[in-house]
Amino acid sequence: MSTLTYAVHDSMTMLRRNLRHAMRYPSVSLGAAMMPILMLLLFVYAFGDSIGAGMGGGRDAYLEYLTPGVIVMGVAAGAMSTSIAVCSDMTQGIVNRFRTMNITRSSFMTGHVVGSVVQTMVSMVLVVAFALAIGFRSDATPLEWLAAAGLLTAIAFAVTWLSAALGLISKTVESASNKPLLVQFLPFLGSAFVPAGSMSPGLRWFAENQPFTPMTETLRGLLSGSAIGDNGWISLAWCAGISLGGYLWSRSLFNSTTKR
Amino acid sequence: MPSSVMPTPRRGDGPRPPAAVSAVGLRKSYGDKTVLDGIDLRIPAGSVFALLGPNGAGKTTTVQILSTLVAADGGHAQVAGHDIAASPDGVRAAIGVTGQFSALDDLLTAEENLILMADLLRLGKREGRFRAQELLQRFDIADVAGKRAATFSGGMRRRLDLAMMLVGDPQVIFLDEPTTGLDPRSRRTMWDTVRSLVAGGTTVFLTTQYLEEADQLADRIAVLDKGRIVAEGTAEQLKAQIPGGHVRLRFTETADYERAVAVFPGAATDEEDLTLRVAGDAGLDALRALLDRLDTAGISAADLSVHTPDLDDVFLTLTGDGATGTGAHDTPRTKENQR
Repeated sequence: MSTLTYAVHDSMTMLRRNLRHAMRYPSVSLGAAMMPILMLLLFVYAFGDSIGAGMGGGRDAYLEYLTPGVIVMGVAAGAMSTSIAVCSDMTQGIVNRFRTMNITRSSFMTGHVVGSVVQTMVSMVLVVAFALAIGFRSDATPLEWLAAAGLLTAIAFAVTWLSAALGLISKTVESASNKPLLVQFLPFLGSAFVPAGSMSPGLRWFAENQPFTPMTETLRGLLSGSAIGDNGWISLAWCAGISLGGYLWSRSLFNSTTKR
Repeated sequence: MPSSVMPTPRRGDGPRPPAAVSAVGLRKSYGDKTVLDGIDLRIPAGSVFALLGPNGAGKTTTVQILSTLVAADGGHAQVAGHDIAASPDGVRAAIGVTGQFSALDDLLTAEENLILMADLLRLGKREGRFRAQELLQRFDIADVAGKRAATFSGGMRRRLDLAMMLVGDPQVIFLDEPTTGLDPRSRRTMWDTVRSLVAGGTTVFLTTQYLEEADQLADRIAVLDKGRIVAEGTAEQLKAQIPGGHVRLRFTETADYERAVAVFPGAATDEEDLTLRVAGDAGLDALRALLDRLDTAGISAADLSVHTPDLDDVFLTLTGDGATGTGAHDTPRTKENQR
């Protein structure tokens, strides 16, 4: 076997391990779907009428606007749970066991990241199904759905690598669960829930330039047919940048830290 | 000591068995705290080596360096014929490590833990399952094979931990304080396991703070204190390094005591307690000779006790004050005044 086959084999073993964890504790994966579903319920049924009216439509129009935003937020939130899983692993002896074995070093993190992306995507299927059930309608073609799935995977991948690094710098599982809050909160300060244009000038500048806004706008364009413009490329550039940064950061942290 | 010379000390390969672990001048500091201050080791293949020392002596760091978890700041080491710095993967392929804390996946069952190891060792599905079953039987955890490791007791966790280490059939195994926190029965089981491993030809490197454990298991013992090896040898050799055994005589009559002092001029005396400590080994012949001398001189002793040095004496003598770590200088704590 070549080095690459080893790397793939080891990463698959680690992936199986993480997916087995996920299957055994489905509350974590389901929890990732619960948050966006509750957001949908809250914003559509509690605030939907007034926000929708403020945007010149009604509750149904707001559901159409909101769903892509909630999905992006759900992906970000779901992917951030990786930091807890990584940190919890790092505080157990098992990582040191892996390190003293002749296995591909990167497989541990790759297994975590790919496992988390799979989990996130599964929970997003649930969220989309729920949105459809409460009346969300999309005019997207199969190709556009595919592109949407691709975009979400790229976002999940990027946020997960960042999340993995945050898990590695956390000393305890508690702090690992706090660190990602900022990232989870970030979509609110973008165009996920209300258009960035409706915000105050300073916030508006931030909202228009932070990564989740072009991501949300791209997904909205794919699902609802609004204009995407440059947002598609900007989103992919953000995903690539965050992925690479998170990956390099995680790699250097993993190679230099020994806990316990 | 120079730590940068001699990359591979390979002299004297003649009658000596090949070394499974050898180290020259290993050093490690964390910040300005020196943890290892140049240690040399040579462990013949197929033997049990115990690194004995108090907490904080550098035992775990030594294991971490030799098992490629942590890089040394200086010195060289080879494990199973591979240089730890140049060929860490070669070392990893040949070793098994069990740390102070069980390295299990708590969320997986015992069997899944073992199969995870088999998969990472790329054993293949059938062989992996076979190996897992074999180890579950051997370590007496087959009946809980389907239970999650999180539910296991301390002794069971250690057994699973050992089993996981052995999936790959390692040539050299490192056991870092393998019995710390175990009840006496689990400790005995662990000792039996170590013995059976050695019988199969595995080299065992273990660290311990229990003298009895080193005495029971190890062919050779090195005493580590403050990052240095202060003594090395077999248990017998180490015991011989410290003040030997003695016979303690106690008298009720001052007259008897004073006459005995005259008969044994070299003995340590204690006038208040009317006791005498006669140095020498505590063999039967020596004892008979001693009693003959008392008889000949017509002295009657009230009480006689024999003291053989054990590793505790060695440990406390060599590491200064074992328990408190305050400056006990070179006064052995267990010994009263010697002369």
